[in-house]
Amino acid sequence: MTTARFSISRFLLCGCSYAVVLLMLLLPLVLIFTEALRQGLSAAVSALLEPDALAAIRLTAFVTVIVTVTNTLGGIAAAWCLTKYSFAGKRFLIMLIELPISVSPVIAGLIWLLLFGQEGWWGNWLAAHNMQIAFAVPGIVLATLFVTFPYVTRTLMPYMEQQGRDAEEAAFLLGANFWQTLWQVTLPDARWALLSGILLTTARAIGEFGAVSVVSGHIPGVTETMPLHIETLYNGYQTVAAFSMAALLALCAMSTVLLRTLFEHSFRKQPS
Amino acid sequence: MFFLRRHTLPGFPLTFGITLLWVGLLVILPLLALLLRPWQDGTAAILQTLHDPRVFAAFRVSFGCALFAALLDLPLGILLAWTLVRLRPPGYKIINACIDLPFAIPTAVTGITLATLYGPNGWMGKLLAHAGLQVAFTPTGIVIALMFVGLPFLVRTIEPVLQNFPSEVEEAAFLLGATPFQKFYRVILPAILPATLSGFGLAFARCIGEYGSVIFIAGNQPFRSEIAPLLIVMRLQEFDYSGATTIAVMLLLTALLCLGGVSFLRLRASRGLIMEETK
Repeated sequence: MTTARFSISRFLLCGCSYAVVLLMLLLPLVLIFTEALRQGLSAAVSALLEPDALAAIRLTAFVTVIVTVTNTLGGIAAAWCLTKYSFAGKRFLIMLIELPISVSPVIAGLIWLLLFGQEGWWGNWLAAHNMQIAFAVPGIVLATLFVTFPYVTRTLMPYMEQQGRDAEEAAFLLGANFWQTLWQVTLPDARWALLSGILLTTARAIGEFGAVSVVSGHIPGVTETMPLHIETLYNGYQTVAAFSMAALLALCAMSTVLLRTLFEHSFRKQPS
Repeated sequence: MFFLRRHTLPGFPLTFGITLLWVGLLVILPLLALLLRPWQDGTAAILQTLHDPRVFAAFRVSFGCALFAALLDLPLGILLAWTLVRLRPPGYKIINACIDLPFAIPTAVTGITLATLYGPNGWMGKLLAHAGLQVAFTPTGIVIALMFVGLPFLVRTIEPVLQNFPSEVEEAAFLLGATPFQKFYRVILPAILPATLSGFGLAFARCIGEYGSVIFIAGNQPFRSEIAPLLIVMRLQEFDYSGATTIAVMLLLTALLCLGGVSFLRLRASRGLIMEETK
């Protein structure tokens, strides 16, 4: 009796889960690809080969590389500093590092206008020296840096915390210097967590919309990243082109999800 | 350098310096600029923005929809986490991978996709129109977009706690004669409550500031379906920096207050639970 009722409730619960995943998560994904391929694959591909679309892809790649490298280096330093030493104010520092997650993307763009925009702190100085940061590529880089700021630290820290500092202390006593310890002891051990964090940063950097939209200036072919170009195309009723670009981004997102699952599997299997 | 002596490992000044520089230039400095800007045009300008009924309406829409979405995500998050950890039906690995999709898919893509899906000619839009429901370009549309965005936060915070939940406790409850419902309500729910609360807080905070996935489906009518982040953008386009930054500071502070409140609730809820030690 109990087992029978249990299996009925199990059946119902699983059915509900399938329904939720199908309706909420998979249906939108399917829609992206059907809309993109509505006029055939060649139309979708040729939409991606338009000069403005290519420029958007190039700009996104450029911004993503800079942002990922900067935030990875900063993230490694911060994770090392926050897990291998104890010092006053550590919690506060962690809080500051995690702050960008709870800041609205629009605010993440706005703050850079307040520093480098025409009315900003250094706006006049920049204008006098003929430099532009707001409404140009450097502004886009800064906004994306802010939005993707915490991810490497956040994925590395729990792993490095659990590592402890015995291996590092042993390496140091055996005569290794700081760099040798970092590159040959700590990071090889934490490589899957690090890769997972880098991947997350990359994925966010490619797809950031709100923050970039505020500082970009929306000049097609010059300061439009892929998500901004999607908005332009969609608002111009070029649905197929918009969804082709969206499908490309969705493919990126899906491969990130897949790779991260693999990485997480690897670092769970790893003997600690 | 007073802290040099206390650390056994080398490299503290270097990594601490890099960290401070990185945090200082990319987080503290710009946020400081944001906090200082509203005062530049005097308190009168701030009060004017705060008294604007349109600002008030935008905040009501943002907070109301975010709260609704996070509340609706709550049972779904528990259900999915339960399915992933306990039931493991065929294909649960696919479900597991799908949970991360809203987090990975760019917000603009989510935005145009949901707007098309629930739009007048979309698959769901047509279906719901038969039932007399209009979703796109109404606050309901905002809630649907926010539910999509917030779901992974709940599932991913509840999942590990459920995974670490000792099966002995459940067996004890079963032996003491608890029905499945009692077991869930009395034994499991209190244990996952703290994690659920922090997942709820994360989802809520994310939903308040959400921009890209909402603006396409919202319709953006002032007083009805205009969200606060969009109002910031519009003020910026009018070069009203003082108005924009006042709204931004309010949005930021309320989001942080909500997060603080939720972590306080979490502390209250986890009092007396052994489970929390594993966190």
